[in-house]
Amino acid sequence: MNIVSVRNLSRVFDVSKPWLNRVIERLPKRLLHAVSDVSFEVEERTVYALVGESGSGKSTIGKMVVGLLRPSDGVVEINGTDLVHETDAARIDAVRSDIQMIFQDPYASLNPRWRVRAIINEPVASRGGDVTGLAERLLTQVGLAAIDADRFPHEFSGGQRQRICVARALASGPKLIVCDEPTSALDVSVQAQVLNLMSDLKDEFGLTYLFISHDLTVIQHMADRIGVLYLGRLVEEASPEALFSAPQHPYTRMLIEAAPRMDGFGREVTPPQGEIPDPINPPTGCAYHPRCPLATDRCKAERPELVKTADAKGRVACFYPGKTA
Amino acid sequence: MHPTLSVRHLTVEIPTRHGLLRPVDDMSFDIAPGEILGVVGESGAGKSMTGNAVIGLLDRPAQIAGGEIWLNGTRIDDATPARMRGLRGKEIGMVFQDPLTSLNPLLTIGDQLTETILAHLEMSSAQALERAIAALEEVGIPAARARIGSYPHEFSGGMRQRVVIALALCAEPSLVIADEPTTALDVSVQAQIIALLKRLCRERGTAVMLVTHDMGVIAETADRVAVMYAGRLAEIGPVRDVLTAPRHPYTEGLMGSTPLASRGQSRLHQIPGAMPRLNALPDGCAFHPRCPRAKDACRVNPGPRLNGPDDRAACWFPLGETP
Repeated sequence: MNIVSVRNLSRVFDVSKPWLNRVIERLPKRLLHAVSDVSFEVEERTVYALVGESGSGKSTIGKMVVGLLRPSDGVVEINGTDLVHETDAARIDAVRSDIQMIFQDPYASLNPRWRVRAIINEPVASRGGDVTGLAERLLTQVGLAAIDADRFPHEFSGGQRQRICVARALASGPKLIVCDEPTSALDVSVQAQVLNLMSDLKDEFGLTYLFISHDLTVIQHMADRIGVLYLGRLVEEASPEALFSAPQHPYTRMLIEAAPRMDGFGREVTPPQGEIPDPINPPTGCAYHPRCPLATDRCKAERPELVKTADAKGRVACFYPGKTA
Repeated sequence: MHPTLSVRHLTVEIPTRHGLLRPVDDMSFDIAPGEILGVVGESGAGKSMTGNAVIGLLDRPAQIAGGEIWLNGTRIDDATPARMRGLRGKEIGMVFQDPLTSLNPLLTIGDQLTETILAHLEMSSAQALERAIAALEEVGIPAARARIGSYPHEFSGGMRQRVVIALALCAEPSLVIADEPTTALDVSVQAQIIALLKRLCRERGTAVMLVTHDMGVIAETADRVAVMYAGRLAEIGPVRDVLTAPRHPYTEGLMGSTPLASRGQSRLHQIPGAMPRLNALPDGCAFHPRCPRAKDACRVNPGPRLNGPDDRAACWFPLGETP
């Protein structure tokens, strides 16, 4: 059963100068295609990971899934309901309380003037639910003490704050939690604690995670299925085993190669060429072709569609899947 | 031959209303010419504070309270501010985490490079400009001659960090302190910057102190590694030995909690608790409340001092040795 179904999702941001400047300086409109034509499905009780470098559109997708941003085009369905076009208010309310989010920066995502109890109770209290003992129960579940409910966020370390964020996300009894880089602000030993906590809670509450990260090692540890994004498009989708043992897209291969390895003593990597291109003027054809060692004239002219791989277990958007330089 | 940098029993203190804090306590290490020393640890372990003490950029009220710093056989921890200003840029190059804040947004990169070159080397401004262009070409900035008049905001993050490296190396320093040089960058750009730093320092025999929290970067880049915990050196040694056969339980825990090391396991190894705050350091070894091997001696005595060049771990009961 799929809890999230994303179909042909696109988001365009208008980054033009103010209209008067445009008229005077005769500038065209500038549109930034943050997400283009992305489709994927997330099965219930699994972890779907979106990985990509900055500007790949991973956070934009996360925000559209929780409803913080409206899609420019395409559909996000949560349990079969498209929240943008649904008209039944009761249904919208029911589905919304199934979705929660954990943000990257635990210092910016907790209100410094609220006590921890108010922060954790908020998702339930705002819907008029019963919050007796809720914060205390959740705090113990995420490894803090019930007495912490009376304290303020500044009294906690980064890892403890992220635990509070997890407790808040659990308060409304959600089915889906979108985690946008939940551990990238944390130190490794704290990251290990938070990741273990998230795995435990997933089993305990039957949660589904949409896990957004740039860190391949974290993704490899957490994910059941991985989508690789490049410049707003999904370029490859596969299980972690397949992705890390036999990456099909040259961009995925480059990412895996370039990531530092713990056993890579004195390893000499041939550093990848170039940087992520300007999303306002993306390259023609395949967006990766200026950096791709396999690029041909066809890649410059034509954009490869995301199609099933030969073994039908994953999807890849490349004319030469699996080929190495 | 002298080591390029020699730090002996360095202690940094911050007097506060709640008592004296020691963000760096009794640190000793050497860096040989052409060697890359990685300094790892979690936030608050004192890695950046150590780097700042070496370049004489401690923010008041933090101050060096003890120990010695020797650069190429000369003692510099007691140098006057004016002399330190002459050393920074000339003898010690610096690369910081955020390339945007380490460049002046109001000056072109050409101005910033020639300013540094003219301040430290005897040459005419025309020669300095040529040298600036050469420095930019060396760090891999395409069309360096055409871009010398560009401002920092016109470059991408990776290109900016290349400019910062060009700035750090343009006066041919003997020591470079790189404080989290790739933390703000994407994986592919990080690989480019690391390869660049390695190549330039190897070619010129520059000693590098690479401060980072990323064990993977250390494994691939450093020759030796120093692991810091709560202001103290926990373990120091050749990178392969320390990472594959750690002696200090903290190093072992740190290695185990990286997702890479626990590949294939459903749970990550985790160290219980968190690093103590500097104003609430436990008695004895600072790691003992989190240490699985702690014995009574650890609760009373601070870890053994690392003195000799062969000393590895500041631990009473190091791993890999019969107790």
